[in-house]
Amino acid sequence: MVKQRSRTSIAAWIALLPMILTVVFAYIGTMLFTARVSLSSSRIFPTSDFVGLGQYARLFRNERWLLSLENLAIYGVLFVLACLVIGFLLAVFIDQKVSGEGVLRTVFLYPYAMSFVATGLVWQWILNPSLGIQQVLRHMGFEDAQFDWIVDQDKALYTIVIATVWQASGLVMALLLSGLRGIDEEMWKAARIDGIPRWRVYISIVLPMLWPSLSTAFVLLFAMVIKLFDPVVAMTQGGPGTASEVPAKFIMDYLFGRANIGLASAASIVLLTTVMAIVAPLYFARSKVVQKRSKA
Amino acid sequence: MSKASQLAGALALAIGAHGGVLAQAPQPPRPPLKATVSHWWTSGGESAAVRQFADAFNKAGGQWIDQAVAGADASRASTINRIVGGNAPAAAQFNTSKQFRDIVDQGLLNNIDDVAARGNWDQVLAKPIIDVIKVNGHYYAAPVNIHMTAWFFYSKPAFAKAGIKEEPKNWNEFIAALEKLKKAGLIPLAFGGQVWQEKILFDAVFSMVGGPELYLSIYRDRNYAAINSEAFRQVLVKFKQLRNYIDAGSPGRNWNDATAMVVSGKAGVQIMGDWAKGEFSAAGQVAGRDFGCFAGFGPKSPYLVAGDAFVFPKTSKPQVVAAQKLFASVVTSPGPQAAFSALKGSIPIRPDVDTSGLDLCAKKGIEIMQDRSRQLPNPEMLLDPDLVGALQDVLTNYWNRNQTPEQAQKNFIQAMKDNTW
Repeated sequence: MVKQRSRTSIAAWIALLPMILTVVFAYIGTMLFTARVSLSSSRIFPTSDFVGLGQYARLFRNERWLLSLENLAIYGVLFVLACLVIGFLLAVFIDQKVSGEGVLRTVFLYPYAMSFVATGLVWQWILNPSLGIQQVLRHMGFEDAQFDWIVDQDKALYTIVIATVWQASGLVMALLLSGLRGIDEEMWKAARIDGIPRWRVYISIVLPMLWPSLSTAFVLLFAMVIKLFDPVVAMTQGGPGTASEVPAKFIMDYLFGRANIGLASAASIVLLTTVMAIVAPLYFARSKVVQKRSKA
Repeated sequence: MSKASQLAGALALAIGAHGGVLAQAPQPPRPPLKATVSHWWTSGGESAAVRQFADAFNKAGGQWIDQAVAGADASRASTINRIVGGNAPAAAQFNTSKQFRDIVDQGLLNNIDDVAARGNWDQVLAKPIIDVIKVNGHYYAAPVNIHMTAWFFYSKPAFAKAGIKEEPKNWNEFIAALEKLKKAGLIPLAFGGQVWQEKILFDAVFSMVGGPELYLSIYRDRNYAAINSEAFRQVLVKFKQLRNYIDAGSPGRNWNDATAMVVSGKAGVQIMGDWAKGEFSAAGQVAGRDFGCFAGFGPKSPYLVAGDAFVFPKTSKPQVVAAQKLFASVVTSPGPQAAFSALKGSIPIRPDVDTSGLDLCAKKGIEIMQDRSRQLPNPEMLLDPDLVGALQDVLTNYWNRNQTPEQAQKNFIQAMKDNTW
């Protein structure tokens, strides 16, 4: 018995070996390399000198970087919340056994299948005050109609939230819908017999039961937040001015156009540590829960 | 395969031992000198232009292997990665600027001193160009064109409609013209609010209103006192004055969409590099008839020199070195220069070129370039790419936010301090 188990574990290790090597060299290796580069004065090529935390000091004096972090935080909260709420509502509506469910599902999920570079351009046109919604309203006779968020310093970021929510809420819908379909009909019957209103069932019973789907959706959305790059480039290019800058774009700009990989690496490391600071406690809490469950 | 390349190597060695590859008299057919060329000329007009170089190179005994990568940043990144990876292209495009200075300093480029000596580059080329391609006495790049980044293009019908009789000769006349265009119900200044376009607009104002001395003392000498001066404050004020003459839809607009506004006569003027001419000619418009162009105010205004150049990553393979030298001498010679510039919208790097195929604006530009005192290097020639970027951030914040010129001056200095290791 014991022998057999060790043999399977060797087979498992062999099967996992390529992945382990990838993780060690491609992920951890490059991470360490990036950390090393961030401590040097590298410009276009990596160099091996040591300037301590100089790049980090410069990074946190950089107005644009600080603004990028702030933008990412605002964007992240709004985007995740809006996607979860809208995605949940869409899933619930579709779950009412509406006719043409297949068509609706495709319609809602379709944006997610599209590249944002293409759809971002379309959104840019829709929101452009001299081409899009504002102009259409004015042609319809509403002379004072105003919808110029995309060119407004204070509101440009929200246009990116709108466009990306449009793209990603279909994904949340699909995940939650499969969760909803997994809920036993008996539960609904029981609730109906008890005379509990439908909305109350959704809030107090269904939502907690959807927890695994919700957490999956959250993780996927969180990854999209951190990686946020192409919607910004396609829609506003970080502008007007630096109003909608995000860290990923900052890093790309310094990595390529501005030929300063030292500073770009420092920024990447800051982003990495931020993600770990958010994910590590979550992971820890989850593993505690799993432990408790497996003991019980 | 390997035998063939060995043979080619031996042949090239033998030819090299005889001296100049170009100067050789007709010989028994030898394998062409293969050169992989990395560049970012992918649009219609650009690829037609680069084909001129390719044809000339192939005719001269080379074999052009095209490796176009769309987007300047992406193309340069791929070149750098391939140099690091040991599989560099034989020739790679950069802007005529400090972009490739680090590669020179790391000793990763072959110099082309003998081509430069044979072509008499010291005398033929403009000084701002020599200053960036000649490092420590060696030529490390072959310049292929000159772009001027601050042309004023205007729509003749729009000027007529607004009752503007002649081209403005100074800043006040320019503002007056913009006012007239505004009164005529047109968009006075066609503008795309992207960071690099804001920087181009600023440098146009800076060089013309602030003058070359102030320009050089800030961009070249990094003189903080000059940044704090009243003269520079005035430059910033006048730059922002232009905001009154753009339309609401400008943020994020592409430069060619802005040019289209001038082409259609909806807008009066665009300040843009001479590549904008491509949009006019694509719309069937002719310089001097449908649109006008002037390179700044008055007969002494500076001409901002920019452009493209090819560098030659280090290799010890003799046939590649020979191909590199052949390449450098072909792309800089008068014939291909004339053919290329006519399609690219730039002007040739040398004065001894047949200009009959060029348009009115290009001819004006060539005439201006004769006057050495009007040649002014563009900021990318004087500053490292990351400082140029940091200054772009400063200017875009000033342009788009409610900032005072004093704040912009302070941020300018901070950016310069932060970009010095």
